[in-house]
Amino acid sequence: MSMELDVFVGNTTIMDMEVYQLWLDGLTVSDAVKVRMDEGALLECEANAEVLTSDTMDQFRTFQMCERLLHSPTKLGSQLLYQIPAQNQRILIERYYEFDSVFAREVLGKKLSKGTKKDLDDISCKTGITLKSCRRQFDNFKRVFKVVEELKGPLVENIQRHFLLSDTLARDYAAIVFFANSRFETGKRKLQYLSFQDFAFCAGQLISYWTVGAVDVWEPNDPDMDVDLEKEFLHELKDLKVLVNDKDMMDQHKILVCAALRGKIKVYKLMEVNFKNLSRALINLASKLTHTKDVRDLFIDLVEKFIEPCRYDRWTVAEITLFLTHYTNAAHCLGTFRYQMIWDRYMGVIKSCILQMYHE
Amino acid sequence: MPGKLKAKIVAGRHLPVMDRASDLTDAFVEVKFGNTTFKTDVYPKSLNPQWNSEWFKFEVDDEDLQDEPLQITVLDHDTYSANDAIGKVYIDIDPLLSCEAATVISGWLPIYDTIHGIRGEINVVVKVDLFNDLNRFRQSSCGVKFFCTTSIPRCYRAALVHGFVEELVVNEDPEYQWIDRIRTPRASNEARQRLISLMSGELQRKIGLKVLEMGGNAVVGYLQCFDLEGESGLVVRAIGTACTLDKLIPGTESKETLPSSSSPPPFSPSKPCSRQSSSSDTDLSLTPKMGKTPPPSSPFLTLYFFSDPVYFQEFPFFTLTCFPPGFLVHIGGVVSARSVKLLDRIHNPDEPETRDAWWEEIRQEIKSHAKALGCHAVVGYSESTTICEEVCILSASGTAAMLNPRFMREGCLDAGGSEHSCGFCHIPYDEFNMPFPAQLTYCYHCRRQKVPDVLFTTIDLPAEAAVTGKGCLIQARLCRTKKKAQGEVNATAISNLLPFMEYELHTQLMNKLKLRCMNALFGLRIQISVGENMLLGLASATGVYLSALPAPGGIQITGKTPSDLSYDQHISTMQKRINDTIAMNKELYNIHPLECIEEVVGSPIPDRQRSRLFRSTSESSDELSELDLSHGKKDAFVLEIDDTDAVEDIQSLLTDAPMPAGFYSCNTEVMPGIYNWTSGLQMFTSVRVYRLSNANLTNQGLNKIFTDLCENLLKSLYFKLRSMIPCCLCHLNFTVAVPEEELIQVRRHTPKHTSPILYIFPKNILVRSGENEEQLQFSMELFSSSERCSPLPEVRSRSLRSTRSLPCGAPVTVVKMTPLSFLPRTRIVKYLGIINMFFIRETTSLREEGGVSGFLHSFIAEVFAMVRAHVAALGGNAVVSYSMKECVFMENPNKNQAQCLINVSGDAVIFVRESDQEAIPPLIMSGQPSTTGADGTT
Repeated sequence: MSMELDVFVGNTTIMDMEVYQLWLDGLTVSDAVKVRMDEGALLECEANAEVLTSDTMDQFRTFQMCERLLHSPTKLGSQLLYQIPAQNQRILIERYYEFDSVFAREVLGKKLSKGTKKDLDDISCKTGITLKSCRRQFDNFKRVFKVVEELKGPLVENIQRHFLLSDTLARDYAAIVFFANSRFETGKRKLQYLSFQDFAFCAGQLISYWTVGAVDVWEPNDPDMDVDLEKEFLHELKDLKVLVNDKDMMDQHKILVCAALRGKIKVYKLMEVNFKNLSRALINLASKLTHTKDVRDLFIDLVEKFIEPCRYDRWTVAEITLFLTHYTNAAHCLGTFRYQMIWDRYMGVIKSCILQMYHE
Repeated sequence: MPGKLKAKIVAGRHLPVMDRASDLTDAFVEVKFGNTTFKTDVYPKSLNPQWNSEWFKFEVDDEDLQDEPLQITVLDHDTYSANDAIGKVYIDIDPLLSCEAATVISGWLPIYDTIHGIRGEINVVVKVDLFNDLNRFRQSSCGVKFFCTTSIPRCYRAALVHGFVEELVVNEDPEYQWIDRIRTPRASNEARQRLISLMSGELQRKIGLKVLEMGGNAVVGYLQCFDLEGESGLVVRAIGTACTLDKLIPGTESKETLPSSSSPPPFSPSKPCSRQSSSSDTDLSLTPKMGKTPPPSSPFLTLYFFSDPVYFQEFPFFTLTCFPPGFLVHIGGVVSARSVKLLDRIHNPDEPETRDAWWEEIRQEIKSHAKALGCHAVVGYSESTTICEEVCILSASGTAAMLNPRFMREGCLDAGGSEHSCGFCHIPYDEFNMPFPAQLTYCYHCRRQKVPDVLFTTIDLPAEAAVTGKGCLIQARLCRTKKKAQGEVNATAISNLLPFMEYELHTQLMNKLKLRCMNALFGLRIQISVGENMLLGLASATGVYLSALPAPGGIQITGKTPSDLSYDQHISTMQKRINDTIAMNKELYNIHPLECIEEVVGSPIPDRQRSRLFRSTSESSDELSELDLSHGKKDAFVLEIDDTDAVEDIQSLLTDAPMPAGFYSCNTEVMPGIYNWTSGLQMFTSVRVYRLSNANLTNQGLNKIFTDLCENLLKSLYFKLRSMIPCCLCHLNFTVAVPEEELIQVRRHTPKHTSPILYIFPKNILVRSGENEEQLQFSMELFSSSERCSPLPEVRSRSLRSTRSLPCGAPVTVVKMTPLSFLPRTRIVKYLGIINMFFIRETTSLREEGGVSGFLHSFIAEVFAMVRAHVAALGGNAVVSYSMKECVFMENPNKNQAQCLINVSGDAVIFVRESDQEAIPPLIMSGQPSTTGADGTT
């Protein structure tokens, strides 16, 4: 005797959010049943394995049928097929678009194309996330990217409007879209220690301060204001070179910083020795950003040229904070330095990125 | 006579991509009524077209308005080839024809295609202007209101109950016409949908005419069914109760005591009280076909004895299951009749006399049974069919009853008092000439009249009934194997089996009832379905302890061969288990009858003493000797174990798993013993199909499997709904089918009954060719409503309400669906009309749609969505008395095909939340009988 058909349909669609999570995690029905048994589902309502299997299959089928709607969340609210309370709709959407940061970390900065999709198998092996779940997450990234890519206006708002996501999740997606668009290098071995959250933070900084939308009020004909860095700004960064090229200015800068930091940090001696190298690293980085290639290498350069030397010398985060603060401020006291605006805009982002990326 | 139908096509949304090249669609709409068709402009390259058409006007007869649906077809314009159909919407105009129902249909309706399912939505506005309604010679019956609800609809008052109306129309099934071989499945499905829509329109119109002829203005308890007879045709038939309803002015209704001046305890004194159907056949021949209505135009003909305002009515049947208090005087018991017919291949659509005659025969039989029980009327009446290839079983059942003539004539409730709460339990038949063996005792409530020891009925628990403890769902399940056979031989085989099945089902019900320490069954439905080599019987009812009836005795087991010591041992352990179960059930259902009786009766001292006596017996009920002594031989129910069958029976009796804590279930509208309902409800449909691997199963084996299946289904439901605890599954309705072929038989028995049937008929020569397997198919419609038993009613209900109100903010109107005739804690302010929809869905890519389960799941979801959309378009926010009357599923996995037909019906309503807690379900506490009678009707 076998069950040929087993269907349960409610007028209000009944969904068990725990089972939804198992489905999102890409479990098979039998695996999901095992998990539920381990969690003690059998203790409720005198259920047995058969009941649990039937329920799980049914729920999985429901989710599968809703999946089509979840691809365009705005439709979920206006569709007539499933009567789902608004509260549940929100949870369905939010959970569907949630992703594993381990997975996102792997995909970050890569082109969201079919070629990459073949690598999903490897990612799945590496992260232990099921292939099905990887697919879903990857497709979500791609879908959001595609929709938002062509849209004008603020990135986060666009994502929120089209996918009805919460603010935090929309920001994470903005980071993913931003990275995928600029194709930042994140895969190098030296960058492996950085988490998705580190990068997402940096992306947030870049979006907020370095893009077109960061300074201008949005105008309807500005293209891609949030996705691309502001060309003009990057060009102007070349002017900062004066800080290393002008020897007097460099010395003056060093004296000011040293004066401010003396006695306040343990690594003072090392800092004093290395000041010129560190300063040169930051300024050179700035001046190179006109080339797309160098923009992509922004993070690897930060690590190689600044973070690693500091870590080698065992700087603490507090020390770096102090150093960068004074390093930035000191430039304002240089009488001959005219690029205060650019400098602040540059250093503000660089500072917060370095602090985020500096793991002791 | 004529009317003007106006339709306007506003917009579409979520349309499918019809042009792969552009990923867009060039949509336009055809609006068709009768033979007139209008078209909108093509709205190019959009999935969300805005047609904003002019008003399309159809000038038509109101007869057509009733018969025809408005047909809206959405198409994709194609310059070079034929236009592709995207899908259709059928709109039933009927709700617009009554001034008290809806005035406009306006809203987003799903565009449905029988192959692809729902494909986007269309926004339409439909109105009707009726010019006049005065022609007395008309063929139309516009304005007659139809209700699926089997009680007097809640914002109406029954001024007059006229009685039974029935009609059937017959046609050829398009699926079996020669043309079906050359047309596409889509065309064939659409032809069928359209035909059934037309036929049900026609049927409704004809019934309406009969109602007008009788002087009524409404049909209550309207039950329409389809018989898909395969090659012999398609029958659409309906029964209902004609009434004259007055709309209540809001505010007065709560104190309304129904001065229904009317009608019907119909009684034909000329007919002999005989249980033999032969005698009634003679009456039948005398009655002309059109004479279903009472011959005298004035229905009042007062005969003197018993001051009965009796009039002659051919069939004194009432499809109602719930009545104004005092309407029911006495209940005799369940009456049912079955008849097995061979479907004739020759078919003449214009002469449905054969089918008419079949039903007349059955109804006569029912009527004579009722008479044998000393009753002049049948209430809770319903009819159904099962069809398996060329064999058709017609079944009818109801509850024999005496209706109160005084109540109806005088139109006021002077018949109050104690008689109310127990009167219906008193026997209507002659004590010394009982139609069947029963133990009579004096009523435990009034102590004046005799009552039977158990009472089986098909109706809902009367509002005034005093109940002890809570009720529960009781099911009897039975499987019997039979040999494969053809035609007459097969029919005979089944005929021989049926009486035994009915008997066994009855015994099972009785045992389970005793085991739960209850003494009455309400809402009894017995369904017998036939397969190629097996018969299935499923009886469901709600058991209750009626305070007026005597306490059921225990169950005593005796062995026939008491010589063997170990055998005796075995019996005594079994007896112990049974006694333990009874004791446990008493706790579970909170049945402590003695205190209640005391309070209810408020009787003088001698009664109290008696109560104490009873109490002592109940405490010691483990010991049979005492039980026997106190109750006399009458009440002890003896089970004799003389063979293995009996052992099996007892085992099965004890294997029914108890419900998990927090759950209650019943198959009636209101759960007896539970009064604190919340407005949170959830209707659901569950369908399961099992394949039996071994065709050589024994009866016992089959029984076990069948019982397990039912139990498992219930368990699954409890598990699914665990988040709603405390929760009551009401109106739990099981339907079983064995998708097989062949059989015949007639059947009638006192305590038996039928109800919806789910039949499968072969279309593409299905699965089973060659295989020895069998399928059991269940379709269930169930409904659960959360219900509070906790002592914190207010808090709980608020929280429920607030969560419920959330989706109201969403753009889509939330439409509730319920098989009940009311929504707890709400007030129905308007009935918008009947919803009666028929859908066919077919697929040729079964695997791609997720197999049979995926296919059926999405189809049922689509049907729900379409019902909700139509209700919302009528301006409603709920469907009450909803039922899925038909769900026929066929598959051919080898060809990757499946087809499913679903018929749903219900009443579209507008409800508002009840602000004051003068609640909706009849509030009858077993302790206060006097207050109960009055407000049970609201």
